[in-house]
Amino acid sequence: MNFDDTPHEAAFRAEARAWIDANAPKHLLPHLEKAGFGGIELGGLDPMKEAKAWQKKKYDAGWACLHWPKEYGGRGASPIERVIWNQEEGPYAALSGSFIIGHGMCGPTVMDWGPEEAKRELLPRLAAGEDIWCQLFSEPAGGSDLAGLRTKAERDGDDWVINGQKIWTSGAHYSQWGILITRTDPDVPKHKGLTMFFLRMDTPGVRIVPIKQANGQSGFNEVYFDNVRLPDSQRLGGVGEGWKVSLTTLMNERLSIGSGMSAGFPDIFEFCKELELADGTLAINDRGVRSKLAEWACRQSGLKYTGMRAISALSRGENPGPENSIGKLVAGSSLQEIAMFALDLQGQAGAVSDPKLAAMAAKFQAQLLRSPATRVEGGTDEILRNIIGERVLGLPDDMRADKGIAFNKIPTA
Amino acid sequence: MDFEFSAEQQQLKEQARRYLADKCPTTAVRAILEGSDPFDRALWQGLGEMGFLGAAIPEEYGGLGLGYLELCVIAEELGRALAPVPVSSSIFLVAEILKAAGSEEQKQRWLPKLASGEVIGTLASVEATGSVRPSNVALSAKAGTLTGAKSPVLDGDIADIAIVLARHAPGKDAQGLSLYLVDLNQSGIERTVLDTIDPSRSQAKIAFKDAAAELVGAAGDGWRLYEEALDRAAILTGFEQIGGADKALEMGRDYALQRFAFGRAIGSFQAIKHMLADMYVSATLARSNGYFGAYALSTGSADLAEAAATMRVSSTKAFQHCAKNNIQVHGGMGFTWAMDCHLYYRRSNLLAVSLGGLNEWEDKLIDRLRAKNAA
Ligand SMILES: Cc1cc2nc3c(=O)[nH]c(=O)nc-3n(C[C@H](O)[C@H](O)[C@H](O)COP(=O)(O)OP(=O)(O)OC[C@H]3O[C@@H](n4cnc5c(N)ncnc54)[C@H](O)[C@@H]3O)c2cc1C
Ligand SMILES: Cc1cc2nc3c(=O)[nH]c(=O)nc-3n(C[C@H](O)[C@H](O)[C@H](O)COP(=O)(O)OP(=O)(O)OC[C@H]3O[C@@H](n4cnc5c(N)ncnc54)[C@H](O)[C@@H]3O)c2cc1C
Repeated sequence: MNFDDTPHEAAFRAEARAWIDANAPKHLLPHLEKAGFGGIELGGLDPMKEAKAWQKKKYDAGWACLHWPKEYGGRGASPIERVIWNQEEGPYAALSGSFIIGHGMCGPTVMDWGPEEAKRELLPRLAAGEDIWCQLFSEPAGGSDLAGLRTKAERDGDDWVINGQKIWTSGAHYSQWGILITRTDPDVPKHKGLTMFFLRMDTPGVRIVPIKQANGQSGFNEVYFDNVRLPDSQRLGGVGEGWKVSLTTLMNERLSIGSGMSAGFPDIFEFCKELELADGTLAINDRGVRSKLAEWACRQSGLKYTGMRAISALSRGENPGPENSIGKLVAGSSLQEIAMFALDLQGQAGAVSDPKLAAMAAKFQAQLLRSPATRVEGGTDEILRNIIGERVLGLPDDMRADKGIAFNKIPTA
Repeated sequence: MDFEFSAEQQQLKEQARRYLADKCPTTAVRAILEGSDPFDRALWQGLGEMGFLGAAIPEEYGGLGLGYLELCVIAEELGRALAPVPVSSSIFLVAEILKAAGSEEQKQRWLPKLASGEVIGTLASVEATGSVRPSNVALSAKAGTLTGAKSPVLDGDIADIAIVLARHAPGKDAQGLSLYLVDLNQSGIERTVLDTIDPSRSQAKIAFKDAAAELVGAAGDGWRLYEEALDRAAILTGFEQIGGADKALEMGRDYALQRFAFGRAIGSFQAIKHMLADMYVSATLARSNGYFGAYALSTGSADLAEAAATMRVSSTKAFQHCAKNNIQVHGGMGFTWAMDCHLYYRRSNLLAVSLGGLNEWEDKLIDRLRAKNAA
């Protein structure tokens, strides 16, 4: 048990800190520190351009995708070094939102299952932020029940021909590449007939239609596949092994989204230090407020140290396990509760979402409108509880109406 | 950085678990709960002989001189087993206060006996319903004697010595408080055993009438020493709570696997599965907060006070959450005397108030986060 740096770690931290100090886009800092939940605003500058510039700079100096092997564009750093880097990068990491899916999920999947040539060509570009990747998994009929997906891939000589539809694909509209899961055999039970691919998003026959989200932004899309032709060399893993391959993605998703996720405590704490209640006391001095703050503080630090314990497990060579599901489960509902509580404290002014008028640049209003998605994306709260119940605690699977049945014989609505 | 107990510490934990599985099955806890013995003497003696009690007491004072991390893993196992012995009073509080503030003579005299279990100590602070605060400590210290009463005092009926928070100067402020060490086996002491929610740990009212007492630490330092002692004890007790939470979760899980209703294991119903998943989440958050607490305790880190309050709130809630839902998973069986569920429920609620309730610790946590923030 040692939360301090070893001499080696301290040297690494000093090196990272010095490099960040000399190279980070400090002019963006005021904006980044204010960055709300679900989007950044850089005072008129193009966030994507700034994000790519910072990523490229890190890449050129060997600070991108630290944990990846050097030949694929990483630094070959240890899990702990990665944590140290993240701590040092601090608010600048908010620039990297559009890379999370590529770096955290698509990259590791391609690394584990892709052909060597593609890995050497594509992964460094991904690490450098030259390419953005998206995750083409969910479908109208396959969200929680991902293996219920229907997008078809049929063999045609050396090629595959893809037809179908994906939905909720974050960033498809600005991505150059995607990883795709398809059904190649409908005559076997649903988990067995799946195969994965990677593809360019401008491949002929791919059509991307943005979806307007409930919070008014458009981060995700529908993606249609109309006779999209892919060479067999763009397959990830074996034919019919798609489920196994997708587990690599989902496992890494849990780790990259869940661990290190903030439960939102620092913002509400700051807010309560300033806000005066009806009786003239500061909110932070109110017993009822304190009780809630204490709960969120404990979740915040509990998640932080749970994440660190997961890193220690990785350092010992263990795989990111299902216990990492708790990160997003705890953070999602905390963010939502905190947003609602903050608005409540703001009284009638709580309804105002104009950043120029509302407290803390309307951070809580944005959080209110974005946080419902956190409880859904990348595994809903219910699915995460199932995972914990079944895979961590060893409880029986839910009763299934589709178990052992060929995919094309499963009843649908 | 390494956020895990070392291999040796894990081994010690295994050893403690095996020892307690053998010497302290729940039948032993029940024997204390139901019988007239106030605590398990044989177990107490055994814990002393094994060196568990003295794990964090220096060798020069008769302990093993291991350290806090070792005491934390032992505490977790004691909590898991619901050990009906006065470890928290005697070791987490009294030995700790003596280590921190006792004179050389006091340390030499008492620590070896506390480490072996020959002497039991307890901390007597409470005089009124509600949180202990300088304004409600009235027990008076005059010319080396104490007069007044403390109630409830955990393990107060069985303790040989007590450290007492008492007022040496009139008034209501903290500066007028000091800590005193009192031999409880003297004529000026009268004890009354109390009925409590968890009779597996006994409690008493102690009346002091001109009882001979000696100062521990400097006069006027009592409140500070008391609060610092509570912080350290919160982390050690937090490990007991984590151990109890884990065990209650496991009991619920095991029952959910084996109990069938509507033709299936009740653990296959999401209402039960998700309840158990939520118990796992609270237990995990508490454990992670605990690891940082253990680290802060073992290094005397500047974050100790914040870590203690965080862990206290987190582990109190986790144990209560797991213990109450364990009963729920067990249905009607959970409400029987014969099932062990209520033992955990009782203990979780005793520990939840034994160092001061959640509302006090939530306050401390926010105060400390604020102080750090301002620094
Ligand atoms: C902002 C956002 C971004 C996203 N980005 C991507 C992306 O980039 N790529 C991608 O592939 N997908 C993405 N998704 C999709 C996301 O993974 C799915 O929305 C999610 O898995 C849930 O699937 P669904 O929407 O079909 O809901 P459904 O599966 O239809 O669920 C509806 C409700 O039923 C519940 N439910 C379903 N099954 C069970 C069960 N077995 N037990 C108990 N309750 C159950 C769910 O918990 C939920 O409450 C994104 C979603 C959001 C909101
Ligand atoms: C104080 C007390 C007095 C009582 N008095 C009487 C009485 O006078 N007469 C009498 O006949 N009975 C009496 N009962 C029995 C009481 O009705 C049952 O205990 C209760 O119906 C639960 O059944 P069970 O104990 O078998 O629990 P189980 O049915 O085994 O339930 C165990 C757990 O599984 C859950 N569970 C079970 N099925 C499902 C499901 N389908 N979906 C989700 N969760 C499920 C339950 O909610 C519970 O949490 C009494 C019980 C108590 C505690």
